[in-house]
Amino acid sequence: MADDAGSPGWSHFPHQGDVGVRGIGRSMAEAFENAARALTEVVAPLASIRSEQSVTVSCRATDPSILLLDWLNEVTYAMATRSMLFGEFHVRISGDVLKGEMRGEPVDRARHEPSVEPKGATLTELCVKQQPDGLWLAQCVVDV
Amino acid sequence: MDPTTLERISPYEWRIPQTGDMRVPAEIIADEDLIRGMDEKVRQQITNVACLPGIVRAAYAMPDAHWGYGFPIGGVAAFDPDQGGVISAGGVGFDISCGVRMLATDLTAAQIRSKQQDFAHEMSRSIPAGVGSQGHIHLDDAGMSAMLSGGARWAVAEGYGTVEDLARIEEQGQMAGATPDMVSARAKRRQRDEMGTLGSGNHYLEVQEVTDIFDEAAALAYGLSPGQAVVTIHCGSRGLGHQIGTEYLREMALAAPGYGIALPDRELACAPIDSELGQRYLGVMRAGINCALANRQILTHLARDVLERFFPGCKAPLLYDVSHNTCKEELHEIDGEERRLFVHRKGATRSFGPGMGDLPPPLSKVGQPVLIGGSMGTESWVLAGDDRSETVALSSACHGAGRAMSRHQAARTWTGSGIRKDLAARGIIVTSPSRRGIAEEAPGAYKDVTRVVESAERAGLARRVARLAPLVCVKG
Repeated sequence: MADDAGSPGWSHFPHQGDVGVRGIGRSMAEAFENAARALTEVVAPLASIRSEQSVTVSCRATDPSILLLDWLNEVTYAMATRSMLFGEFHVRISGDVLKGEMRGEPVDRARHEPSVEPKGATLTELCVKQQPDGLWLAQCVVDV
Repeated sequence: MDPTTLERISPYEWRIPQTGDMRVPAEIIADEDLIRGMDEKVRQQITNVACLPGIVRAAYAMPDAHWGYGFPIGGVAAFDPDQGGVISAGGVGFDISCGVRMLATDLTAAQIRSKQQDFAHEMSRSIPAGVGSQGHIHLDDAGMSAMLSGGARWAVAEGYGTVEDLARIEEQGQMAGATPDMVSARAKRRQRDEMGTLGSGNHYLEVQEVTDIFDEAAALAYGLSPGQAVVTIHCGSRGLGHQIGTEYLREMALAAPGYGIALPDRELACAPIDSELGQRYLGVMRAGINCALANRQILTHLARDVLERFFPGCKAPLLYDVSHNTCKEELHEIDGEERRLFVHRKGATRSFGPGMGDLPPPLSKVGQPVLIGGSMGTESWVLAGDDRSETVALSSACHGAGRAMSRHQAARTWTGSGIRKDLAARGIIVTSPSRRGIAEEAPGAYKDVTRVVESAERAGLARRVARLAPLVCVKG
């Protein structure tokens, strides 16, 4: 479900040419999971995606915002090279290492009607931070 | 953007004076209404570009400029390597060498209309388009390297298209200086199933009718006449380019401080042209250009196959192929001195005037074709490079209508079914695997393309040659 007024969840924020993806979570890891859900929703409705296969990835970066960039780019790469969509994400962050699992299924063009492919996560509006309300925010603009 | 906050040079040229960390002024080329419609972010981004090391003369925004990442879409900037100039992955974009080509067929629009529905269906069946589509060509390592070195020249040698096509492509279809060996295994893997695919988003194959001619001499040289059908293909370097952009945007963002480059915003990630990183990016970016040229060449072959099946014996010669997202080494005269510059055009077209560059004779007399895509419901344009474009904006012009509304807002405003029905009522057939994709690309989400090309013409970037109306649109 899309986040509203700072509750955990995902949302899109406007960008003239591309799309902004945002995740809010009780931890940085949950915010990253929700940002990945927002990324998927750019392509197809999350509710239409079945969790049939699992893909695991890992990335490393000392800067949390670069770690988010790497995570979203791993999701994008898996989508592109496996021709899959993912609706379920599990992230663990320990120090500068992220280990992620995503579950999904091969693209079904008739059922998913995928609208646009993400090309990559950008540094524009890139931000990972803990907000004053204690929740974590993870966001950036994705080129589509 | 409020035009009163800019310095007016002419009704179509506006300046942001050099202040603060800016090394040169920024110039926006547009009429007053287009300026008013531009996001304030365009000002911020083009001002930031003007702060980069080694930038020459000015940072330019074209009439279709809108908020991008790093550079604005519709941004042009040239850098001098001898002055510490930089190359920027964000200044090229993820879709390296995304561009447009046009086939000037010997068919009439009436002939297309006589078989329009079946023809549209067959074209959409034959052109792999949209998320999850795969091409028919799967390259092994040696084939991938040959393609990344050879571009459209490789594709022609493989049987896709004709040798005559090559003279009608920038760089004669092959970008020199590509380094396929330096392209990552992941970038090559991402491209493995995507050769000869259109992609999604704003990419399309469109069959259009030439409705109006504005410059008889140029139209004659280009082989365009009223009532003629043309085929326009808009796409880029697919997964390979996207992965190169992904890798180098990150690497340049982290490396910039080590080069002593103080970035006004990290999204301007760049490296000195003469650095190891700058040279490495240049080589792989050029491989990305070749990938895009090869991809459009394969799609041309597929489109010609469909034309042949429906209209046996018809001809569809390539009018021209332009790239939008590039950094190219060019010679330009700056303050009376010829200098070797690296010109970034992001969402902008090269626009050589008559006699400039490497254009073949019939084109050279009238200037380079500048192909401007509208939206699937509005007109597109063919322009000719104006000889004043060198002075105005380093031989550059706009590339399309430019978005006026985000995808998010467009999908909330329109439905794909509604758009398809409305366009069908106007004689335009749109095919796409995604209704939401159609809604996000709704004609109303784009700026008035006529206004954009009028600004380009009056500013001296490119002259109007022909107006085109859509008949069939295959969307990704």
